[in-house]
Amino acid sequence: MKIFCIAEALILVFALVLAVLRSLPGPVFFPIRALAIVYADFFRGVPTILVIALLGFGAPALAIDGVPTSTTFWGVVSLVLIYTAYVSEVYRAGIESVHPSQEAAARSLGLTRGQALASVVLPQAVRRVIPPLLNDFIGLQKDTALVGILGSVEAFKQSQIETSADFNFTHYLVAATLFVAITIPLARFTDWLVARDRRRRQAGALT
Amino acid sequence: MIEIAGVRKSFGRLEVLRGIELDVAEHEVVCLIGASGSGKSTLLRCLNLLEPVDAGRIVVGGDEITARGVDVNALRRRIGIVFQAYNLFPHMSVLRNVTLGPQKALGLSRRQAVDVADELLGRFGLAGKRDDYPDRLSGGQQQRVAIVRALAMQPDVMLLDEVTSALDPELVAEVLNVIRELAAGGMTMLIATHEMGFARDIASRVCFLDAGVILEQGPPTQIFTTPQEPRTRQFLDRIIAAGRL
Repeated sequence: MKIFCIAEALILVFALVLAVLRSLPGPVFFPIRALAIVYADFFRGVPTILVIALLGFGAPALAIDGVPTSTTFWGVVSLVLIYTAYVSEVYRAGIESVHPSQEAAARSLGLTRGQALASVVLPQAVRRVIPPLLNDFIGLQKDTALVGILGSVEAFKQSQIETSADFNFTHYLVAATLFVAITIPLARFTDWLVARDRRRRQAGALT
Repeated sequence: MIEIAGVRKSFGRLEVLRGIELDVAEHEVVCLIGASGSGKSTLLRCLNLLEPVDAGRIVVGGDEITARGVDVNALRRRIGIVFQAYNLFPHMSVLRNVTLGPQKALGLSRRQAVDVADELLGRFGLAGKRDDYPDRLSGGQQQRVAIVRALAMQPDVMLLDEVTSALDPELVAEVLNVIRELAAGGMTMLIATHEMGFARDIASRVCFLDAGVILEQGPPTQIFTTPQEPRTRQFLDRIIAAGRL
């Protein structure tokens, strides 16, 4: 759960930065756009377990001074690297779904490109992609189990330990129940956010 | 106030503006008429630098806005534009729509911006809508909010791009009345419109655009009663046939 929360927070921020970088216009920013595309394509292409194994076993094995050896650390790094790629694509779809006339209206008021993005484009983009974002949260939540192969303790790993102790597989069931117990409230929370937003926009209709 | 000289603009191979020449004096209300595709909207968008021009120069209030290295944002603060489709920000209340520009671009405090917005919303009969979101307003109300949003920047010039074209007929009048009030207050305006009766009432000058040039211009009585150019006559005949004049 700790891995999930830390990774999620970092992913939401990094993915947004990546999506914005990729939407920078003009030939000046071509190298940045190209890098962002290469990043997204690469990390959406490699299997999650491969990145986790590579970083989790590989990075500490280098035994370089200053490189953390904590498997939790490298697990989080791996998940952030991969899910940032996915989530940035979701953000990008949201940004592109906001009609260009919205940015034109903001710019026509004298707002800079950055101000128009922050005040007008991104708030609308993020609202629209809340459901697909949740989709990725759930994927992430399940993939945190993969970090278990590195030996940091999370629900799946813990249930393996318990199982090997007494050959009782109900622990797996408990682990599964735990995962679902987290994803379902998350889904309801998202529904609530979307509904609240709709209510707010319709508020005052009768006055 | 505005000097436009030899302005050209193409989209790909389509040349939309083919050498526009137009001067607008302070307090003047100039109506641009002409068929769809004649370049009215493109000209207004070029004036606000929403579209860069390919050739020619535009001077607003003594500053050449088509010069290299001009501060686009500073310039746009002085030129308000209102769009056909309102383009209000749907995720913001009416009040926030109006205060966004003054706060972000003019650097007003929240308090000051709200005062300006309340004064303008009150003047145009929108005080009761300040906390509503745009999708709860009628088209006419939305367009009036869009006009107030542009006015809140206290621009020197207002550009109105077919602001009543997306409205139901019974909502047109409330928007036109707002524009009349602005004209009476001495606002310099450049108005692209299909409302010929309105143009005849309000304009100090009417310009007929055809195929990217201003083919004919003059006082409204002259343009609407004794147009000189055959193309202008054809256009007005079609408008009359459609019952719009």
